[in-house]
Amino acid sequence: MFALKILFKNAFRHKLRTTLTVLGITIAILAFGMLRTVVGAWYAGVEASSATRLITRNAVSLVFFLPIAYKEQIRQVPGVTAVGYSDWFGGVYIDEKNFFPSFATEARTAMEMFPEFLVPDDQKKAFFRERKGAVVGRKTAERFGWKLGDTVTLKGTIFPGNWDFVIRGIYRGAQKSTDETQFFFHWDYLNESLKKTAPNRADRVGWFLVGVKSPDAAADVSVAIDRLFKNSLAETVTETEKAFQLSFISMTEAIVVVIRLVSYIVIVIIMAVMANTMAMTVRERIGEYAVMKTLGFGAWHIGGLIFGESLVIAAIGSAFGIGLTFPAAKAFGDSLSQYFPVFNVARSTIYMDMAAGLAVAVVAALFPVWRAVRIRIADGLRRIG
Amino acid sequence: MADNRPIIVEIRNVFKSYRRGSQVVPVLDDITFDIPEGEFLALMGPSGSGKSTLLNLIAGIDKADSGAIKVGGVDITTLSETDLAAWRATNVGFIFQFYNLMPVLTAFENVELPLLLTGLSRRQRREHAETALAAVNLSDRVDHYPSQLSGGQQQRVAIARAVVTDPTILVADEPTGDLDRRSAEEILDLMERLVHEVGKTIIMVTHDPRAAGKAHIIKHLEKGVLNNHVRSQDPL
Repeated sequence: MFALKILFKNAFRHKLRTTLTVLGITIAILAFGMLRTVVGAWYAGVEASSATRLITRNAVSLVFFLPIAYKEQIRQVPGVTAVGYSDWFGGVYIDEKNFFPSFATEARTAMEMFPEFLVPDDQKKAFFRERKGAVVGRKTAERFGWKLGDTVTLKGTIFPGNWDFVIRGIYRGAQKSTDETQFFFHWDYLNESLKKTAPNRADRVGWFLVGVKSPDAAADVSVAIDRLFKNSLAETVTETEKAFQLSFISMTEAIVVVIRLVSYIVIVIIMAVMANTMAMTVRERIGEYAVMKTLGFGAWHIGGLIFGESLVIAAIGSAFGIGLTFPAAKAFGDSLSQYFPVFNVARSTIYMDMAAGLAVAVVAALFPVWRAVRIRIADGLRRIG
Repeated sequence: MADNRPIIVEIRNVFKSYRRGSQVVPVLDDITFDIPEGEFLALMGPSGSGKSTLLNLIAGIDKADSGAIKVGGVDITTLSETDLAAWRATNVGFIFQFYNLMPVLTAFENVELPLLLTGLSRRQRREHAETALAAVNLSDRVDHYPSQLSGGQQQRVAIARAVVTDPTILVADEPTGDLDRRSAEEILDLMERLVHEVGKTIIMVTHDPRAAGKAHIIKHLEKGVLNNHVRSQDPL
């Protein structure tokens, strides 16, 4: 109790300096937390992926289509429990800035294979019945003020023209990490239109969604599917949903690496600032430490006082930083939801914030402690007066 | 009058030098003397004569190059740094020229500080600190911070801090050097009382002949050599 009292009193002896240091740590921890959350948001799709879902796509590239006829062949592969298919529609609402992910999909199978998208049964039935029906995520619906029964028109970027849809369902995510910005409609609606306007693009899909019995079966099923279409005009690559998502991220890996690097640099900078604060503090109090040594306090006591003070300052700054991360992340996530549909502060980010705060406290105190512990009492006492 | 008091400090053939670059500067040269229990001894001498160094050696905050220093029967020249720290905590009370109180602690907390190393309970620490502050007539200033006290009051708090652990010896380095005449008198009277009424042994470094006049024995150091001693008055 007495030691804590000294720690807190010492920490705020130089109020301006301590306040500025706390402010610096707060900003650093906030920046660190935000950058880690951005990295987390980058990987949100990976985190949300299921180990029992596979993606079969064209072996050349995702931009090349696969024949719809593959569906039945894939269904015959042992271990496959369900097969669906989707196309990236890439529609925009009114203006290009109103971006959100939109897919033409085989609705019934998709609804079964993505249980994390929670759609009320009555809405699901209405969606299945309506040829132009669409299901949209809660965030996107709120963003544009869409309600059930509304007709919305998307401008096709890959499939030209204006496409009308009727909102028949609004889904919610089963987990915090579930993307609530997506827009689904019937692949048949797209395909029927294409048969009229661009017949050579009809009866093709962007990828197949393949359900497997268990994660253990994924590797064998993947090999079996790809073997089916070997040496065909459209060879396939089948991979887990996680690997599929990671392949997207690998395209922007350099950005993620830079963000990570910057997050660590922020911490190193604040370590230097904090170390300077502690060095100044100890230099000013070296006489007091000498007096304490004279009274019989040992190196552990002196070191504990300096480490403790560093810890108090870092803990206060970190607590503010962590506390501010949540509203900052919410504001950031809301304003950039079209780019980061899932922008949640993960528990691991909070732990990393705490670890960073602790590291700042410990590293900043190391040299001052070494100096204070090593100084001869007589030399320290000479500094007084 | 024969002095039958036990010897509390035994100093034998102590040498001490400092290294300044490649030069070795001798500070103490073959110092030998005893201090009986309950003695009030003043060390005098010009600046650089080695009196503060000798005080530091007796108090165990510096190490002699050679020789032996026994305090209360313990040869402190053989103790490790850690053991010396523990030894100081229970055997030495310090009174400094500039009081050296912790500015963030109240008078009471400053006096309680050395007791944290003793293993006493919180209640016992409180009782001891209150007694020590009462002994220096500062019972009404327990919650004051050093900045709220005069120099004389701060030095009285420092004395309370020095005696609160009931140490074997008290060492004082220019205890009146930063005080006005009246406050200096009060402090010296207080130190005298500690010797006469409680039987404490005090070793004091001073430049001030008036302060030295309160001591029973005055020892002079000149260029590291103890060259004479003058008994100013009988102890006890």
